[in-house]
Amino acid sequence: MQDRPTETLPPSEPSRLARAWDSDLAWSFRHTPVAMVSAAVVVILVLSAVFAPLIAPHDPFDPGSLNLMNGFTPPGRPNAFTQDMFLLGTDDQGRDVLSTILYGMRISLFVGFSAVLLALVIGVILGLLAGYLGGWVEALIMRVADIQLTFPAILVAMLIFGVAKGITPPAYRDQMAIWVLILAIGLSDWVQFARVVRGATLVEKRRDYVQAARLIGRKPFSIMLRHILPNVLNPVLVIATISLALAIIAEATLSFLGVGAPPTKPSLGTLIRIGQGFMFSGEWWILLFPALTLLALALSINLLGDWLRDALNPRLR
Amino acid sequence: MSASIRLKSLTRDFDVSKPWLNRVIERLPRATLRAVDDVSLEIPENSVYALVGESGSGKSTIGRIVAGLVPASSGVVEVNGIDIVSTGAEQAAEARRNLQMIFQDPYASLNPRWKVRDIIAEPVAIRGVATDGLAERLLEQVGLSAADAGKFPHEFSGGQRQRICIARALASHPRIIICDEPTSALDVSVQSQVLNLMSDLREEMGLTYLFISHDLTVVQHMADRIGVLYLGALVEEAPRDRLFAEPKHPYTQMLFAAAPRMDAFGREVEPPKGEIPDAINPPPGCHYHPRCPLATDLCRSVVPETRRIGATRVRCHHAE
Repeated sequence: MQDRPTETLPPSEPSRLARAWDSDLAWSFRHTPVAMVSAAVVVILVLSAVFAPLIAPHDPFDPGSLNLMNGFTPPGRPNAFTQDMFLLGTDDQGRDVLSTILYGMRISLFVGFSAVLLALVIGVILGLLAGYLGGWVEALIMRVADIQLTFPAILVAMLIFGVAKGITPPAYRDQMAIWVLILAIGLSDWVQFARVVRGATLVEKRRDYVQAARLIGRKPFSIMLRHILPNVLNPVLVIATISLALAIIAEATLSFLGVGAPPTKPSLGTLIRIGQGFMFSGEWWILLFPALTLLALALSINLLGDWLRDALNPRLR
Repeated sequence: MSASIRLKSLTRDFDVSKPWLNRVIERLPRATLRAVDDVSLEIPENSVYALVGESGSGKSTIGRIVAGLVPASSGVVEVNGIDIVSTGAEQAAEARRNLQMIFQDPYASLNPRWKVRDIIAEPVAIRGVATDGLAERLLEQVGLSAADAGKFPHEFSGGQRQRICIARALASHPRIIICDEPTSALDVSVQSQVLNLMSDLREEMGLTYLFISHDLTVVQHMADRIGVLYLGALVEEAPRDRLFAEPKHPYTQMLFAAAPRMDAFGREVEPPKGEIPDAINPPPGCHYHPRCPLATDLCRSVVPETRRIGATRVRCHHAE
């Protein structure tokens, strides 16, 4: 059988890029202005956060570059003493608000992405196990999920944050704060991934392609990974997008409450907390611009998630 | 000729009870559904055995038990002489190495995220054997082109998908293929193509088919021997020509009378009486008596034994 010359040419397959451009998803994207605009906003914000050290006019965390005389400079007007101009003004210590926003967004996005990734990995694994294995494994996982759902996610996150803070040595607290935030938000958010993946797994495991894989002796873990996982990823992608917005807001909330990112490494939430102290004394820009950035970021990620949900749901087409 | 598949008193009960909390509150007993009821049959090598019956008669469950996808409650299931119910998992898996299955719904039986090449080669690849060119060769054997190997299942029609399923079933050189209504989801014109392909492959490769269907014309075309199931029990079994010429069991006679026929257009047909009774609470005696024109007091109280009349095995008090 093997010695027969194999003259069959490899069938011409269109490149990945061409297939992606032709896909239903890309078509829907090109015909949904909201999706395109929000994608553009997200891309601009993410890129400016990633390249903050290159595009920020000042380094807000280098105390040597700060001039206390520049404090409370209004946006777009020269400072009364130094004549320095700041596009979005400065805060009480003379830090450029635009630069702090760019650097703060880095931390917000990093925490958001990492927390969602953590929640996704935990949730998908537990959801697959619960849906495919059933029985006591499912009962245990889903009851834990139900119990966690009875608490507000922010409360769970604060609890984890408090415990983690208690067991880290004081010297490392500021350093560890970001990682503790990620852990806290990630652990408070896995439930919805697990529930959705479990539901989708229950549907997929009854389909005959899974039966065919069982018939030839594929092991359960292999079936979950190779057969079921690729078919439950659509809803996971949608939830991950919306979770990202929620995680960024959760991080901002924790930081706003003073239990998140430390003032030495401020995230958008920390900046808003700092800014609200000056809201009634007339320096509105310290609060407004970080808040607007957070709003734009969360809103466009959410809109993108909404579009993705509609585009990936065959029943809504 | 030895038997490829031998079933002895195969029984399968499904627990259809409500959750325990409901049972406690509503004071309900446990409920079981007997999907397969004391079925014994033999399928000789290189032959086609068809199981027919209405929906809910347990024919698919029997196929899945033989395939090892559903465990049996009791009885013996021998595949190539090895009882897959009582032996260990490894020996059962070994016995099933040369057993494959073709499913009813060609849209659900191919993983939509896999390329056709990987789908077809999977049964071989899982044993760690090289699969170069295997999918392409099999695709041509089932009447598709080698270039289709790089496509995804959604690019094919129902009939083409069923051909891909057949190619997958053939990949590991099985000797037995369980066909669970392989054509009932297809257009009539495509049905005959797929059936002819299956017949040809059987002759070429010396396969044994356990063919599950509710379509009597398909069964007449394919089968050597036919078993008629009613409520999980085998009520009649005979060689094909015997069964079609002289159905003994009143249920078989009713099935034949109800089936549409091309050669007797416009005939008056008595519609089948009644529905399949509730399998959770089957009627006493012969399960068919509520619908049977011949029913007597004997039928209403005593379960009939399987009797042999010539080449036919029938489970009826009155058949002769």
